[in-house]
Amino acid sequence: MTEERSGANILVESLVKQGVEVVFGYPGGAVLPIYDALFGDERLRHILVRHEAGAAHAAEGYARSTGKPGVVLVTSGPGATNAITGIADAFMDSIPLVIITGQVPTGLIGSDAFQEADTVGISRHCTKHNYLVKDPSELAAIIDEAFQIATSGRPGPVLIDIPKDVQIASAPWNDAPAQRRQRYAPRTEGSAEEIAQAVEMIAQAKAPVLYTGGGVINSGPRATALLRELQEKTGAPVTSTLMGLGAFPADHPDWLGMLGMHGTYEANLAMNQADLIVCIGARFDDRVTGRLDAFAPNSEKIHIDIDRASINKTVPVDLPIIGDCAKVLDQILTLWGDRKGQDLTAWKARVQEWRGKDSLYFPLSDKAIMPQLAVQRLFELTKDKNPVISTEVGQHQMWAAQYFHFFGPNKWLTSGGLGTMGYGLPAAIGAQLGNPDSLVIDIAGDASIQMNIQELGTATQYRLPVKVFILNNEWMGMVRQWQELTYESRYSQSYSDSLPDFVKLAEAYGWKGIRIENESQLDAGIQEMIDYDGPVIVDCLVAKESNCFPMIPSGAAHTEMILYGDTVAGTMDDEAKALV
Amino acid sequence: MMHIKQEAEERHVLTITVDNEAGILAKIAGLFTARGYNIDSLTVADITENHAVSRITIVTHGPPSQIDQIHAQLERLVPVHKVVDLTEVGPYVQRELALIKVTGVGEKRVEALRIAGVFRARPVDTTTGSFIFELTGAPDKIDSFVALMRDLGLVEVGRTGIVAMIRGQHEA
Ligand SMILES: Cc1ncc(C[n+]2csc(CCOP(=O)(O)OP(=O)(O)O)c2C)c(N)n1
Ligand SMILES: [Mg+2]
Repeated sequence: MTEERSGANILVESLVKQGVEVVFGYPGGAVLPIYDALFGDERLRHILVRHEAGAAHAAEGYARSTGKPGVVLVTSGPGATNAITGIADAFMDSIPLVIITGQVPTGLIGSDAFQEADTVGISRHCTKHNYLVKDPSELAAIIDEAFQIATSGRPGPVLIDIPKDVQIASAPWNDAPAQRRQRYAPRTEGSAEEIAQAVEMIAQAKAPVLYTGGGVINSGPRATALLRELQEKTGAPVTSTLMGLGAFPADHPDWLGMLGMHGTYEANLAMNQADLIVCIGARFDDRVTGRLDAFAPNSEKIHIDIDRASINKTVPVDLPIIGDCAKVLDQILTLWGDRKGQDLTAWKARVQEWRGKDSLYFPLSDKAIMPQLAVQRLFELTKDKNPVISTEVGQHQMWAAQYFHFFGPNKWLTSGGLGTMGYGLPAAIGAQLGNPDSLVIDIAGDASIQMNIQELGTATQYRLPVKVFILNNEWMGMVRQWQELTYESRYSQSYSDSLPDFVKLAEAYGWKGIRIENESQLDAGIQEMIDYDGPVIVDCLVAKESNCFPMIPSGAAHTEMILYGDTVAGTMDDEAKALV
Repeated sequence: MMHIKQEAEERHVLTITVDNEAGILAKIAGLFTARGYNIDSLTVADITENHAVSRITIVTHGPPSQIDQIHAQLERLVPVHKVVDLTEVGPYVQRELALIKVTGVGEKRVEALRIAGVFRARPVDTTTGSFIFELTGAPDKIDSFVALMRDLGLVEVGRTGIVAMIRGQHEA
């Protein structure tokens, strides 16, 4: 039956039809009609954040940990601009989001009206696609297409800007599925020739590496299972980008650990010495490749990616296969059958030798808790619970990637591409909503946690037992480290002065606060955090000036890693300084 | 000391068929600025009866790897149906229209008109002291004509940027 409904109503019905359960949002003038349509509607759960950036990151955490798209609802002007950081973050890390923004009424657009911002213009280059809705009759089809675009191909954020008059005006509405425009159809499978060539190259390789990324996670649990199967069939060692952690189990003998700037020695050396690199859902990011002209000089490269624009962007490859990781892996495995690859004994012996460097070694201290140790203990004491871990950005993020270990997908939420401080707490909140029975921990830094600290209130309001574990080194540690290594320890503005008392802050928000001051309190403090049925901040005081190693300095090759105990010059030439 | 390095560059002509929706031009032009690509010229007009589809011709230059990226990045945009790199798939014809205003009297005026004849430029406005010539052709032909007019009283030039199409029977 067709009936007239308001734009706001059509929006709500369409979201319900898409299977949306949770909306992260914040009200304001330009979305009042939508908030009114939501009032009393039990089908959608609205989570009121404390800042719109929090809404976008929470939606990211929800999406990344559940595999479902995250939905954001914010008002025009400042509501939309506040959400932009989270949208840009989702764009860089390929996280499916649908963002609904209110806009001033159509007639006022362009007049510098109260709370007007050119949201479509501002978000143009940090969304996969965006819309300005001109008539409520377009809404159902636009929302349907928005979800399709956000979740298929390379996932990403899609923004729908809805002027206030369009929310109020009515249009015919019925329950029939929206008429979908057939214009977005990304390629998902490799061609028979490509697959045959890939199988041939893998079968011939004497020193292969599987280099995997966030695409494997985005492709879904099946891609993870198929990756493991391909590894089993070929015996190839596996490394992963920051975004791909969890796709391959960290306790597997052929796991090399993370690669790149703070990756393990064995992962980077294996990439450097490989004769074949099979890149699966990763994109040869500058944090991974180091100096490009020295990157994997002797290898052939296969690149499996759903985004054609990721191919040959920075590193030319021999065999590109455009397609979905799961589908292409399936194609490769089907053709592989029970083929036997080359004997990899010699290759694995070399890998073993590199492992012998023990690149994640760090010295213990009797004066302070080493941050690496804190992460190790956190891992040991929580691993049986299969927790979801989010992070902020900085040294603690890298230590979490290095010393926390993952065994399955969707357990690791971190801001990789954009490197957004303030991501971790809202992301943990989103993840907790999507996984109510899981232990969710934000491994945080003392500076980053302050960037979205207001979201403590959100967790309190919805009784989310999120844990925040702060590695408090009283520094913007990562900045301090770069200043130490490249600017002769001129610590310009990187000291975390005037830190709040995090325990009292926790208590002020109705959280539990725990302070860990020395190693003897470490395990007990962590255990207390785990056992507490509610949100907890742990302020874990760690050694203040530890550096994050191993490290490939910017502008250096994979073979030029700095390990603990290496002397570091403290200066760098301008060419290297100019690199990000 | 550090200096910015330059790479060898090529000129490419791309045609892009797109949904004719609000903001599409900003999206495409913005993609070029956001990613540091060059636009030498850009033309756009809708090409279907119902105004639903537009065709954009962009002339760009850059290192070959960047041209390939431009192609891929354009294809990634949802409203983009098709991108053809005419320089890759060639041969193609390219045409541009220019209006050129020249003032002068006596010898110079006669010479301007004579050269216009050689180039098949058509006077579309005439006063006793000036001409506006209309000239259609490949960009280098227009370049040469404009260069010759410089000494003969050139006042103003307006150019459309090129439209281009693959030669032969088939659609590119
Ligand atoms: C929004 C934002 N601003 C600035 C930066 C640059 N930055 C990267 S790491 C870092 C310091 C982080 O300090 P903290 O959270 O204490 O983490 P630590 O490195 O000490 O573990 C800064 C300022 C960033 N990544 N994000
Ligand atoms: Mg810190």
